[in-house]
Amino acid sequence: MQLHKKKRIEIIIERPILQRTTDALDRSGVHGYTILQAQGGSGRDGAWQRDGLVSSAGDMVAIICILDAANFDIALEAIYAVVERQIGIVSVSDVEVIRSDHF
Amino acid sequence: MDVIINILAANLLSPIVLFFVLGLAAALARSDLNIPEPFAKALSLYLMLAIGFKGGAEVARAGLDSTLLLLILAGIALSFVLPAIAFSILRVASPLPRVDAAAVAAHYGSISIVTFIAASEFLRSQAITFDGYLVAVAAAMEAPAILTGIWLAHRGRTNEDANDRRDRRMPSMREILLNGSIVMLVGAFAIGWITGEDGLATMAPFVVDPFKGVLALFLLDMGLIAGRGLRSSLRLMGLRTILFGIYMPLISATIALGVVMLLGLSTGSGALLITLAASASYIAVPAAMRIALPEAKPAIYATMSLGITFPFNLAIGIPLYAAMAAAVT
Repeated sequence: MQLHKKKRIEIIIERPILQRTTDALDRSGVHGYTILQAQGGSGRDGAWQRDGLVSSAGDMVAIICILDAANFDIALEAIYAVVERQIGIVSVSDVEVIRSDHF
Repeated sequence: MDVIINILAANLLSPIVLFFVLGLAAALARSDLNIPEPFAKALSLYLMLAIGFKGGAEVARAGLDSTLLLLILAGIALSFVLPAIAFSILRVASPLPRVDAAAVAAHYGSISIVTFIAASEFLRSQAITFDGYLVAVAAAMEAPAILTGIWLAHRGRTNEDANDRRDRRMPSMREILLNGSIVMLVGAFAIGWITGEDGLATMAPFVVDPFKGVLALFLLDMGLIAGRGLRSSLRLMGLRTILFGIYMPLISATIALGVVMLLGLSTGSGALLITLAASASYIAVPAAMRIALPEAKPAIYATMSLGITFPFNLAIGIPLYAAMAAAVT
């Protein structure tokens, strides 16, 4: 089976910024992404957990986006503009996919 | 003095306060007791629906007068002004940097609907009546403090820095005014007002009978969150910042007392207005601050609002504010 090289961007971001982040991805021409709910974690400001939260502040989500290398720089700049001052992590990896035309 | 002590004791021994203490103690003792997040959010929605609906139904029964408009305007003014006062105090009396002080100040200019609900239940337990439209005042007071907090943080920055950031960092008016808690409060209030006593009779098995039990469960969750926050974040704050979380509500209460006297409010309505002024947000404002002031440390403002001011208001503030209102009305 033929595999195709793509870029994977994983963004772990605060929930209040989720809409702005996905809007930035949409504007940058990304074809799709998946949003996952984080259950808890730990960082420089201490540990947190999702249980009991009544405000979206303090809640974290993960956005996974796979895209073609041709759109990578534009998408990454769009993401960075939104998340640079927020609590979160942006990681990039090289992946291979089965259906190239989906990305 | 005996009367005051008895009232304080009655409040401290009420189920809702005791469930808050249970949650706080469980979290501090590192119990694995927790309320699942979707359930906690459902409890929050229920409480806002119920308090909004009952407030609207009460207004339908009692009718409106010009006091409501004056009260809303006064509430909005308080919500704009109190953050500026809080900010000035924090810049002098605490080691917080500008952006953290602005974020904290925004919380103390906004309101805590759960503190309002707890105060309403306390007044009912003391057979003190109040106007139902205070719910609308609560909704009006939620948002203006956010704008003041943002302005305070950005004021004094260079023009270039401000222009680079302002448009991208400001929460939109949609994000502020259509915040879920405001929509639920105002919407439920409007529906209660429209449907009146018939609507309340229909909804009573849902919004009246289970209310206290749901409130107790929600306060248990608040105690758990407050305890976790205190455990993990107290060391970040310092004594002067912690003390602010206790004396700022008293300052706000005193300012609101002046408004109570000016408007000639009843004891119950006055107590609720003072409570609103003396409370600090932990639902709407924290989320807005994550957008508008991302450099501000959420561990500080969230812990101050929920871990220090909320327990203070719940245990001591609410009966105190009722006594203050009674003294001038």
